[in-house]
Amino acid sequence: MTLVWLILIPFIGGLLCWQAERFGDQAPRWIALGTMLLELLMVLGLWVSSDFQLPAEGAASAWTLEWQADWIPRFGIQLHLAIDGLSLLMIALTGLLGAMAVVCSWKEIVRRVGFFHLNLLWILGGVVGVFLAIDLFLFFLFWEMMLVPMYFLIALWGHSGSQGSSRIGAATKFFIYTQASGLLMLIAILGLVFAHHGATGEYTFAYADLLNTPLSETTAWWLMLGFFVAFAVKLPVVPLHGWLPDAHAQAPTAGSVDLAGILLKTAAYGMLRFALPLFPEASQAFAPVAMTLGLIGIFYGAILACGQQDLKRLIAYTSISHMGFVLIGIYAGTELALQGVVALMVAHAFSAAGLFILSGQLYERLHTRDMRQMGGLWGRIRGLPGFALVFVAASLGLPGTANFVGEFMVMFGAFGVAPWIVVIASAGLILAAVYSLFIMQRVYYGPPAEETPLAGLDRRETILLFGIVALVVFFGIYPQPLLDTSAGAMQVVQQSVQQAAAMTGGAQ
Amino acid sequence: MSDVANHGVLTTLLAISPLILVCLTVIVVMLSIAWKRNHALSAILTAVGLNAALLAVLFGWTLGTVDVTSVLVVDDLSRFGGVLVLMSTLACVTLAHHYLEGYEGPRDEFYLLLTSAAAGGLVLVSARHMTTLFFGIELLSMPLFGMLAYTFRDRGALESGIKYMVLSAAATAFLLFGMALLYAVTGTLDFAELGAALSTRGSDPWLLAGAGLLLVGLAFKLSIVPFHLWTPDVYQGGPGPATTFLATASKVAVFLVLLRLFQSTLAFHENWWHDLLGFIAVITMLVGNLLALTQNDLKRLLGYSSIAHFGYLLVALVVNQGLAVETVGIYLVTYVLTTLGAFGVVTLVSSPYVATGGTADASPLHHYRGLFWRRPYLTAVMTVSMLSLAGIPFTAGFIGKFYIIAVGVEAHRWWLVGSVVVGSAIGLYYYLRVMVTLFLHEPGMQRRDATHDWAERAGGMVVLGVATLVILLGLYPTPMINWVNWVAG
Repeated sequence: MTLVWLILIPFIGGLLCWQAERFGDQAPRWIALGTMLLELLMVLGLWVSSDFQLPAEGAASAWTLEWQADWIPRFGIQLHLAIDGLSLLMIALTGLLGAMAVVCSWKEIVRRVGFFHLNLLWILGGVVGVFLAIDLFLFFLFWEMMLVPMYFLIALWGHSGSQGSSRIGAATKFFIYTQASGLLMLIAILGLVFAHHGATGEYTFAYADLLNTPLSETTAWWLMLGFFVAFAVKLPVVPLHGWLPDAHAQAPTAGSVDLAGILLKTAAYGMLRFALPLFPEASQAFAPVAMTLGLIGIFYGAILACGQQDLKRLIAYTSISHMGFVLIGIYAGTELALQGVVALMVAHAFSAAGLFILSGQLYERLHTRDMRQMGGLWGRIRGLPGFALVFVAASLGLPGTANFVGEFMVMFGAFGVAPWIVVIASAGLILAAVYSLFIMQRVYYGPPAEETPLAGLDRRETILLFGIVALVVFFGIYPQPLLDTSAGAMQVVQQSVQQAAAMTGGAQ
Repeated sequence: MSDVANHGVLTTLLAISPLILVCLTVIVVMLSIAWKRNHALSAILTAVGLNAALLAVLFGWTLGTVDVTSVLVVDDLSRFGGVLVLMSTLACVTLAHHYLEGYEGPRDEFYLLLTSAAAGGLVLVSARHMTTLFFGIELLSMPLFGMLAYTFRDRGALESGIKYMVLSAAATAFLLFGMALLYAVTGTLDFAELGAALSTRGSDPWLLAGAGLLLVGLAFKLSIVPFHLWTPDVYQGGPGPATTFLATASKVAVFLVLLRLFQSTLAFHENWWHDLLGFIAVITMLVGNLLALTQNDLKRLLGYSSIAHFGYLLVALVVNQGLAVETVGIYLVTYVLTTLGAFGVVTLVSSPYVATGGTADASPLHHYRGLFWRRPYLTAVMTVSMLSLAGIPFTAGFIGKFYIIAVGVEAHRWWLVGSVVVGSAIGLYYYLRVMVTLFLHEPGMQRRDATHDWAERAGGMVVLGVATLVILLGLYPTPMINWVNWVAG
C-alpha cells in the first residue's frame, strides 16, 4: 500500500490546498510544502530500508515493492504498481523538486493560491504515477493526465511572452504536442496488446507479460517508433521540440522547475523502462538514428541558446542540449552509459531547477527576463550572482559538479559503441561553456543599467539555493549512492540490449 | 417470419411496456393541461411517467429477445437504447423546468413534445422493419421542430426550428425513396430479409442505390459530412433543453437503428463500400474538428464537435467486426453523459429564459469568461465535460476513445486510427480554449449567469450527477464495460 499512498498523497494534498484557501493565502502553501516533504520522507524511508541489488537469477520478481489489484478485467488491465532503484530515484527527485517548486513560488504566486497548489501537486501526483505504473494502460493514463494541471499552470499563472506570444498559446502548444504524440503511444500499446492477444489468446497490459511478445520485425519497428515519438516529444528530441522554449518562457517559475526537473525525465524514464526492454532488437537497429538525433539536439540547443535574449528561453534551449547527451547515453546501451544517464538526469534536474529559480528571482526584482535590460547585476544584488555562478558552472559540466559525472560517464560509456558520435558530441561541451559564460557576462557583468541596489536574497531563497548547491556538489564528489541504487535496474536494461545485440549479431 | 406466438401476451406487454408508458404519459399530461395549466404539475407528471418507463425497461431486463410484432423487436440492444433515450429525456425535463420558468407563453406543451419525441426514440431503437424505422424517425423529428422553435419570438429559435424542419423533410425524402427502391427490387421491408437479398444480389445497382439513399437519409439526422450543414445553426438557435435532446436522445436512437441496419441489412460484402464509409468517417472527423476551431459560440462549437464525434463512431461501423458493437455501446454511453454535462451547463447558465428577440441562450463563449471564480462547481462540471469530450484520461470520454482506437488497431485500419489521432489533436485546441476561458480572471462581457440556487434544483443535481458519473466511469469503467459487453454479446 505504500506505493498507492505515494500516488495518493499529492492528490489529497492538492485538494486540501484548494479548500484551505478560505483560511488565507498562507495555508495552501504550508499544506503543499508539508505534502511534498511527507512524500519525500516516505521515499527516503523506502530508500534506506530497501536493497536495490539485482535479484538473483530465478527470483520471483525484479521489483523491490509491488502492489496490484484488478481494474478492468475485460482487457486484463490491472492497477499494478512497482518500484525499483530507477523509479525510486525519480520519485525522490519528484518529491524534492516538488518541495522546491512550492518554496520558490511562495512570493511569486499571489493570486488564486489554493488552486495553483492544487495544480502543482496534481502534476507531481501524475508524475509519481508515471514512475510507478507498470501496467501499460495505467502508465498511459498518468502520462496523459499530468498534462492537464500543467496546462492550467502555464495558462493561468504564466507570464505573457516577450515577443507577443501568449501564455495560453504556449500552454495549448504544449498540450497538443504531448497529447497527440501520446495517442501514437496508445496506438503502439494497443498494437502490442493485440499482437500478444493474437499469440496467446488473452488480453493483458502487464509489463512483464508483454516483454516477451513475439513480434515480426516490421511490427516491432513500428510499435517501437510509436513509443519513441511520444517520449521524444517530451524529452525533447530536436525536430519535435517546438513546444519547449515557449512553454518554459511562459510558465511560472514553479512550472519551469517541474517541467525541466521532472517532466522531461519522465521521457527518459519511459525510454529506459519501456521503449528499450519491450523492443530490444528494433531499438538496437534504431540506435544510430537516435544517437544522431541526440547529437543534432546537442548542437541545435546550444547554438540557439547562444542567440537568445530571453533568459528563460536560453535555459530552455540548454535543456534541449543536455537531453541530447541523455539520448545518446540511453541508446548507447552500455552499463556505464546508462548509469551516466541516471546521474545526468539527476544533475540536470538540480542545475536546471537552480537556474530557473534564479531567473524567477531576477524576474521578481527586475520584472523582465530580457537580458538586454540586465547587466552589471553583480554589484546590485547581494548573494544571488554567486549562486548563479555555481549553477552556470554545473550546467557547463565543470568537474566537481554532478553534471560532470553524468556527462563524463555517458561519453565514456558510449565511446566503445559509437566513437565518432562521442567525438563530435564532446565539441558540444565547448558550446556549453560558451552559452554558460554568455549568461554570466550578459546578466551579471558589464556596465550596470542602473546604480540602485536591488533587494538581496531573503532567508527562504538563501536556504533553497544553498540546498540545491549542496546537492549538486555532493553528487559531483560522491555519486556512488545514486549509482548503487540504480545499478540493478540499469543492469536489466543493459542485459536486454546485450541480448538483442547478440541476436542480431548472430543473425548476421 | 413472425414468431409472436412464441411468447405469452404478458411477456410481450412487459417487453413493450416502456413505450406504452411513455405514450400514456403523453396522454395524461395532455389531459392535465386541458384541465388546468400548471407548469410544475406537468413537469412532475412527465418525470414520473418517464421514470416508470425506465423502471419498466429494467423489469424487462432478463426477457431476452421478444418479438413484439413482426415490425418491432425488444432485445438487449433496444433496452440499452431505451435506457439512454429515457435518461437523456429525463435530464431534459429537469433542465426544461428551470429554463421555461422565465418563458411568458404556454410552457406545458414543451413536455408533451419532449415525451412524444422520446416515444419516437423508443420505437426507433426497437425497429426491425422499414415501416417502424420510418415511423420512429418521424415521431422523433416532428416534435423536435416544435421544441426547437418553442421560443419562437426569438429569431434564432425560429430559424433553428425551420432549418431543422426543411432538412428533415429532405432527409425523409431520401429515406422514402431509398426504401421504395429496396422494396421494388426485393419485395420486402424487413431488415433481415433485406439483408439476405443484399448478400445474394449485392451488386444490383438499384439495390445499392436504395441502400445508399437510405444511408443518406440517416446521415442527415446524424449530421455526417457532407450532410452536416444544418447542425451549427440549429444547435446555436434552439432553446437549451431542446438542443440537449437533439444532441443526445435523438442522435443515440438514430445511431442505434443504423447499427441494427449494419448488423443485418447493410453488411456489405464489397470492399469499396467499406472504403467509401471509411472515407466518410475520416472526412466527418476532420471537417467537424476543423470547423470548430474558429467558433466563438459555445453551442455552435459543441455542434461541430458532435459532428466530429459521430465521425469517430463511424469507425466502429466501418470495421463492423470484433469489438465493434461493444465500442458503439461504450462510446454512446460516454458521449451521452458528456454531452448532457456540457449542454446542461449551457442550459443552466441560460436559465431561466429571457426573451431577447435574437438568440436567447448564453451561447457566446465570452459569457463564460471567469465562470470558475463565480460558480466553481458548475465550472467543474463543464471542465470535466470538455476533458471528456477531448478524451483525456480519468474521464469516461477516454474510455470511449480507447475503444475507438482499439477497434481500429484490431482491424488494422491504420488510416482511420491515424485520422482519429489527428482529429483529437485538432479537437484539443478548441476544447482547451473553452476550458481556459472558464478560468480566466478577467471578466468578459457577462450577460447571463446561473441562478444562485442552481445546484439545489433538479436540473443542477442532474448535471452534477452526470459529471460525477463521467469521472467515476473514467476511474472505474468495469461496470459499464460489463453491461455493454453483455448487451453486445
